[in-house]
Amino acid sequence: MECISSSLWTYQSVSLTRNSCIACDSQVSATDQMSRSEESQMIIMEELQDEDAAQTERLRRALTARRHSRRHTLPEAVGAPEPREEERSRAGMAAAPAAPRELPPVPSTSRAGSAESSVRERMREKLKAAKSKAEITLLQEDPTPRPRRLKSIKERKTEVRLHKASDNDKFREMQEDESHLPSKIKFRDTVKKLKEKSTYQNDLPSAEEAYNFFTFNFDAEPQNMKAEARKRNELNEEEEAEEECVETQEGEQEEDETDEDARLAKDDLFIIGQTAEDFLVMEPADCENYSEQLKKEKEFLFIPSMLAVPASEKMPRDIQPRYLEDEGLYVGERPFVSQSNQNIIENRILRQEQGKEWFGDDGKILALPNPIKQSSTRPPIFSLEEGIAPELETVYVKAVKMTAANQYLLGPGDLQGPFQLDIDISGLIFTHHPCFSREHVLAAKLAQLYDQYLARKQKNLTKLLTDKLHVLRNAVQSGIDSGDAGGPRPVAQQSIPEYKIEIRQTRRLRDAEQEKDRTLLKTIVKVWKQMKSLRDFQKFTNTPMKLYLRKEEVDQRLDEEAYEAEIQAEINELLEECMEEYEKKMEEYKTELKEWKLWKKTQKSKKKKKKKDIHEDEESVEDCDLGEERVKPIPPKMANSRDIEQQVREKADNCRRKPGEPALIPELVLSGNITPTELCPRAEVLRREDVKKRSAFIKVLFNSKEVSRTVTRPISSDFRVHFGQIFNLQIFSWPESLKLQIYETMGMSSTTLLAEVFIPVPETTVLTGSAPMEEVEFSSSQRVMLDHEGVGSGVSFSFEADGSNRMTLMTSGKVSNSVSWAVGEKGIPLIPPVSQQNTGISSALKNIDAIASIGTSGLTDMKKLAKWAAEAKLDPNDPSNAALMQLIMAATSGEAQVPEFFRLEQLQQEFNFVSDEEFNRSKRFRLLQLRSEEVSEFRNYKQVPLHEREISEKIFQDYEKRLQERDVVDSKNYLDAHRAVVANYLQKVRESVINRFLIAKHHFILSDLVNEEEIPSLGILGLSLFKLAEPKRPLRPRRKERKKVTAQNLSDGDVKLLVNIVRAYDIPVRKPVMGKFQQPSKSSRSFNEMFAASASAQSPPDSPDWAFSQVLVRPFVEVSFQRTVCRTTTAEGPNPNWNEELELPFRAPNGDYSTHSLQSVKDEVFINVFDEVLHDAVEDDRERGSGIHTHVERRWLGCVKIPFTTIYFQARIDGTFKVDIPPVLLGYSKDKTLGIERGYDSVQNLSEGSYITLFITIEPQLIPGESVREKFDTQEDEKLLQAAEKYEAECTSAFPSRQCLTTVIDLSGKTVFITKYIKPLNPPEELLDAVPDSSQSAAELVARYVSLIPFLPDSVSFAGICDLWSTSDQFLYLLAGDEEEHAVLLCNYFLGMGKKAWLIIGNAIPEGSTAYVLTLERSQYVIWNPSTGCFYGQYDTFCPLQNVYCLISCDNIWFNVQEHDAPARISFDVTKPKRWKSFFSRSFPYPGLNSVQPEELVYQCSDKAAAVELQGRIEKILKEKIMEWRPRHLTRWNRYCTSTLRSFLPLLEQNQGKDVEDDHQAELQKQLGDYRVSGFPIHRPFSEVRPLIEAVHSTGVHTIDISNVEFALAVYVHAYPQNVLSLWIYVASLVRNK
Amino acid sequence: MAAAGSPSVFLVSVTGQIESGRFPGFDDLYCKFCFVYGQDWVPTAGLEEGISQITSTSDVSPTTLVWNFPIDITFKSTNPSGWPQIVVSVYGPDFFGHDVVRGYGAVHVPFTPGRHTRTIPMFVPESTSRLQQFTSWFTGRRPEFTDPRVVAQGEGREVTRVRSQGFVTISFNVVTKDMQKLGYNVSPSDMQDPSLGPLTEGIHMY
Repeated sequence: MECISSSLWTYQSVSLTRNSCIACDSQVSATDQMSRSEESQMIIMEELQDEDAAQTERLRRALTARRHSRRHTLPEAVGAPEPREEERSRAGMAAAPAAPRELPPVPSTSRAGSAESSVRERMREKLKAAKSKAEITLLQEDPTPRPRRLKSIKERKTEVRLHKASDNDKFREMQEDESHLPSKIKFRDTVKKLKEKSTYQNDLPSAEEAYNFFTFNFDAEPQNMKAEARKRNELNEEEEAEEECVETQEGEQEEDETDEDARLAKDDLFIIGQTAEDFLVMEPADCENYSEQLKKEKEFLFIPSMLAVPASEKMPRDIQPRYLEDEGLYVGERPFVSQSNQNIIENRILRQEQGKEWFGDDGKILALPNPIKQSSTRPPIFSLEEGIAPELETVYVKAVKMTAANQYLLGPGDLQGPFQLDIDISGLIFTHHPCFSREHVLAAKLAQLYDQYLARKQKNLTKLLTDKLHVLRNAVQSGIDSGDAGGPRPVAQQSIPEYKIEIRQTRRLRDAEQEKDRTLLKTIVKVWKQMKSLRDFQKFTNTPMKLYLRKEEVDQRLDEEAYEAEIQAEINELLEECMEEYEKKMEEYKTELKEWKLWKKTQKSKKKKKKKDIHEDEESVEDCDLGEERVKPIPPKMANSRDIEQQVREKADNCRRKPGEPALIPELVLSGNITPTELCPRAEVLRREDVKKRSAFIKVLFNSKEVSRTVTRPISSDFRVHFGQIFNLQIFSWPESLKLQIYETMGMSSTTLLAEVFIPVPETTVLTGSAPMEEVEFSSSQRVMLDHEGVGSGVSFSFEADGSNRMTLMTSGKVSNSVSWAVGEKGIPLIPPVSQQNTGISSALKNIDAIASIGTSGLTDMKKLAKWAAEAKLDPNDPSNAALMQLIMAATSGEAQVPEFFRLEQLQQEFNFVSDEEFNRSKRFRLLQLRSEEVSEFRNYKQVPLHEREISEKIFQDYEKRLQERDVVDSKNYLDAHRAVVANYLQKVRESVINRFLIAKHHFILSDLVNEEEIPSLGILGLSLFKLAEPKRPLRPRRKERKKVTAQNLSDGDVKLLVNIVRAYDIPVRKPVMGKFQQPSKSSRSFNEMFAASASAQSPPDSPDWAFSQVLVRPFVEVSFQRTVCRTTTAEGPNPNWNEELELPFRAPNGDYSTHSLQSVKDEVFINVFDEVLHDAVEDDRERGSGIHTHVERRWLGCVKIPFTTIYFQARIDGTFKVDIPPVLLGYSKDKTLGIERGYDSVQNLSEGSYITLFITIEPQLIPGESVREKFDTQEDEKLLQAAEKYEAECTSAFPSRQCLTTVIDLSGKTVFITKYIKPLNPPEELLDAVPDSSQSAAELVARYVSLIPFLPDSVSFAGICDLWSTSDQFLYLLAGDEEEHAVLLCNYFLGMGKKAWLIIGNAIPEGSTAYVLTLERSQYVIWNPSTGCFYGQYDTFCPLQNVYCLISCDNIWFNVQEHDAPARISFDVTKPKRWKSFFSRSFPYPGLNSVQPEELVYQCSDKAAAVELQGRIEKILKEKIMEWRPRHLTRWNRYCTSTLRSFLPLLEQNQGKDVEDDHQAELQKQLGDYRVSGFPIHRPFSEVRPLIEAVHSTGVHTIDISNVEFALAVYVHAYPQNVLSLWIYVASLVRNK
Repeated sequence: MAAAGSPSVFLVSVTGQIESGRFPGFDDLYCKFCFVYGQDWVPTAGLEEGISQITSTSDVSPTTLVWNFPIDITFKSTNPSGWPQIVVSVYGPDFFGHDVVRGYGAVHVPFTPGRHTRTIPMFVPESTSRLQQFTSWFTGRRPEFTDPRVVAQGEGREVTRVRSQGFVTISFNVVTKDMQKLGYNVSPSDMQDPSLGPLTEGIHMY
């Protein structure tokens, strides 16, 4: 043992010396290295030979040891290590420490192998003396650093266990050594072998290897290399070992690794020490005591002191610190570092050798100036207002109309651009203000009076009236003169008294005016005197007002003359007047006197008579006695001329200037001096200061929203505020209100609203430039009391010293402003159309360029700036000025130009991966772009091809076509320009709605993403607990809901449509070719008759022989869906029973089974009923016996259409449907006899059609999507909306399956309360005139009219997305709408006709959720289907309405809270609160909402000529189509038949397709003779041509392929008002009977 | 396709396995996976979705659940946008034995060829309120994503609140075909020599 260890020792030392040599080598040049290594090799060779014997011995031992260890691996691992093992382990460790101690050994060994092989390679190269390559090999030699691994104590055992591996390594080394043959080839082979083997090292050496090992001399070189490799391994080993120990010597070790030089110096010693340590590995862990550890730590660790370092230490000796700043040089500001941290770093730096280099001249650490710039590099924001940080300053941004909310909805006619209202606010004058001093009050009064005076003067009524008086007098005079001179002129004579009257009136007026003038003047003078006295009293002047009374000297004599003349004239006139009066009175007096005298006489005579025959004439005496004693009339007095004169003079004195007195003309000037504040008493000074503090501004409110405000201007000492600002309001709709709010601010703090002034919205003729300034008065009821001279407002004060004569004034004033409409560039006034007031449809604003609106503000005049900088002598070195200096430099040198724009994304170019042109050119990019924009054509496009060439142009064709067609009205398809426009518009609406939906799809709420259970309510919890206790009832099966499938997992073929056709009733039966025709009784029945006494209405059963002789019908049903056709077997008879289930596959469009895709499936399920007719096709009678030749012909009888979306939303459709059978089926008749025989008359009575019972469902059941939750903006009252929400929530919580509708969305995308749609409207007069007497037939006609408005299947395209409700006028304009619009219009018509009508929101088959109309007809409730015009009794079994949810009238909503919702099982009595929950109730009364419907509907007259033209065109198109469908046959048209058919059609229209069947047959029979005719009329509301073609095609008339068939086709268009067209198409095929 | 000319699609073959999960405190978990990929991607072979066995923890490593559930799918695509992601959701019984979700997670399939190991942090949606939390705990109806695929997309995630819970480790072996030919260079530039690949890989592992 000892021997081995010692030998190893020597071996190691040898290898180490060599190692050092090699290490040395690596430093020297390649040639040197070569020679030296050769030298060393020589030396080592010698040494080895000396030790040869020892080495062989050693190797042998090692071999045995290895074997031994192998044998003992397991026990060793478990048991305690034996001493021998220990030693061996040591040996192993020493020999091959490179072996990894952990699993797995494979990669590491291989690595070691590769490393070694590379070494050997190098040797080989050396031997070949390829000197130049030495460096490369050196590089290769560099081993990859091995990751260190911490080894826990626990792992030591495994270490032992791994000795095997280490032994292996050792052995391998030996192998390598031994295999180092002189023969290079062999050597290479071995290397290869070894490389291969390196991963399987556990093998024993082969015999050859062993032989080689023992017989060959060891070459020195490999050993040399090996030693080096080992050294490296040892290094790793050392690392590990070190980590085992607590005290690491990392510093040194790292040096080893990194710094080759340093390592060289220590290497030997270090490694020896290391090896020694290695031997200590197995010793029990010893713990160093703490103090020792500290001591050791001290060697490596240094804690810098926080104390300040003396300057002397920092500076080189003998140098004093120098402070540049003191010398006047600019020194940058140092970044702040706390003193303690500075000290620490200084101490730390000083520890280093060249530490002093870090210190500057001033003894401080060198530091760059603070890099944080003082000035911001961004362009500065110049704040307009002081005191507000520029960041916080609000910036005016041009109002931009938000287009997001309704960018997808458009109005019918887009209005152009914004309109402009100019509001000019020039100023504000206070007529009273709390700060008014008494003098101000007077001044204001004076000013007011003076204004009044001026106004009067301008009008100068006195002068006017005086002149008038003169003229009149002249006229009178001349009239009299002329009358005197010539013959009497009757006209003049006549007019004189009139003139006189007028003179009198004028004089009176003039006197009044004169008096007013005079009093005004007097008051002015009085106020002025008052003011003067006040000024004297208070000894200061506040106002600059001065009143001058200008005396206008008059010529005394002239004036007096005039005055006198005037007075004389007046006196004369008055005298004349008096005379007239006197005369008049005299006249009166005379007559009276005469009368009196007469009376007196009679009296006397009576008396005499009385005396004569007193007895005879008693009565008369009595009469006389009773008669009044007549007073003797007093003669009138003659007016005294003196009195009159007196009067006149007095009056003149009062109201007129005295003659000779100078005329006083007041003149108010503002030239007076205001006493300077210093001279005023304290109270006045306070007042003035208070005024100075006050300022005012005006807010402009447009539709009660503040749109702008004036600047705040101080109130001047004369209480005037001048603004002079014009506000241009850009508006989009007619203003509702314009308001000015006058605010006063007191100092800094308070702002008070003084008053609000409403300004009238200007007339449309008032345009800017021509609008006059208007003064609007305002006043405020505010009460202000002030503690200084100011009189306050709303406070009583007095001018008198004794406080009497108090007065109270309120703050008031005038705002002068003008509002006008702006004029656009082209001189067009920017006035919104007045019609817009109500509709409020807004237009999309043109895109506003954001970049363009960002101005280049913030850049000032450069030259000025430079000048200023030169003057201010800025320190150019100061970095705080750097930005400025640079700017100036750039500006003055003129090299750098200030960019004229500001770009937000200047690096955008860098991000473009292709140029824009290329991007636009590329089809692939376009495709990708369109797909990401979710354009409908490309939304689900899968696998966009990689190459341009693989994208065909066709892909875009449809899309481009659609884009083009969007604006081009294609009249070819529509035949009617109006409809084309409407269709276009609807297309746009549809697109916009879908876009809106797509956007909404990207708005998620939590429930979209996370399924979370609702918190169970207490009741449910209790119920479920109760259920637990419930006994199980296995014999009572429960209905299980079908499992619903989410759409995501579906693919084509998974979904099937199951149609179960059960039975049909009342299929029309064939009529015998020659039958007797009877005229059915065409009685117009009343509602009551129809519903109640129906049996009598039935025609009596026909003769039994007719019933028996009839030919049976052989109906079958064909279901077609998505071009898949399935049919049932053929049944027999008019009431067939099929009970067959048909299965049709369903394919979603584009394979997209998402809910929204499924919602927009437009396909319909067609259920066609056919009659199978067998003709004997045998031409030759002789063949009859041998075979059956029949010709099968199918004749279309009717169809039922059910849209897929209905099935999708309803999940299943189960019921009996009316088969859509044409009103006339040639060759068929309704079997009326059966109805009575079955005894179903009470049910069947009304049902004149045929019915089919169906059950349709989808397998598997698909989950219908939810509607969009999007909050639309609204104009409704918030309270109402909240109530609506609450109501809806209450209703749906009680009846979750019933839909509660309170608000709907109108065409402009706004939420509207539903009752606003209901309003009585006038039906077209034409319809009412047609049936003047019968209200019932009028109602039917109106219903028919409504049903003729084409049905827009927006339930398909918008289903579940959102439902748009258009108003009735919009509906009539668009001529398209869904159930709601039809129902609303019909309901409104019925209301307009005076019926009681409601809107029913319910569920019908096959429409699904729909709206019907309910009317009350003589205690009968009638349900109207607005889209078909049919009506049903409440108890009608075949009513398509299945469930009733709500009733809506114009002022309320009632929700059905009855147990049932089938119309037959509920009561429609809405007054019962237990049955109908009303929206508006006593607690929330109807607020009186204004309807969205127009006041009245205006109908265009129908254009008969256009209808006739349309008729011709449709006929032509259809005929062409039929010929097109029969490409292989000759299509003959029977003109005779066609004309016959054409004559039928107006009749059909007239009778609305009722009860005319038999006529046709008869007529045709008569006209055509022996033709077998089959055909029928099709009735449709006209919208487009395509559906008509489809309809004709679906009947399959053209499919008949009998050779001699002829066709007939007639079209009739009946025009109703408002261009509602009813279209009839009569198709028939004729086969000549043989 | 095989024509030496230019191919029109590239193929990405992904094999590998959902190796294990670490869900401290939970036991008896199973996982589901599905792939989410863009419109230009089509799976040509293999399974898009799968559900694993239920795994219980062992005493040795009480937090690790080993599924070793294989993934094998090949995609065909024309556009690297919408690169496939694997969405893993882990379920297991709660205290009352209700099957509840224990974590959702998603990761893109690595796009460099070779072997990759990915550890996905998992999360579960949180209840909206304390009361909800209690009732959901009690009834075993914890909030779940309506569709696990939402974890592979960013849209609408802002409305959810989640709690992180556990990790799942997946190993992928990715082979691509024709990507280079179509101009998609997925390997980093210093990885040109494939022989060096495994070496560095090995170093990373140890």
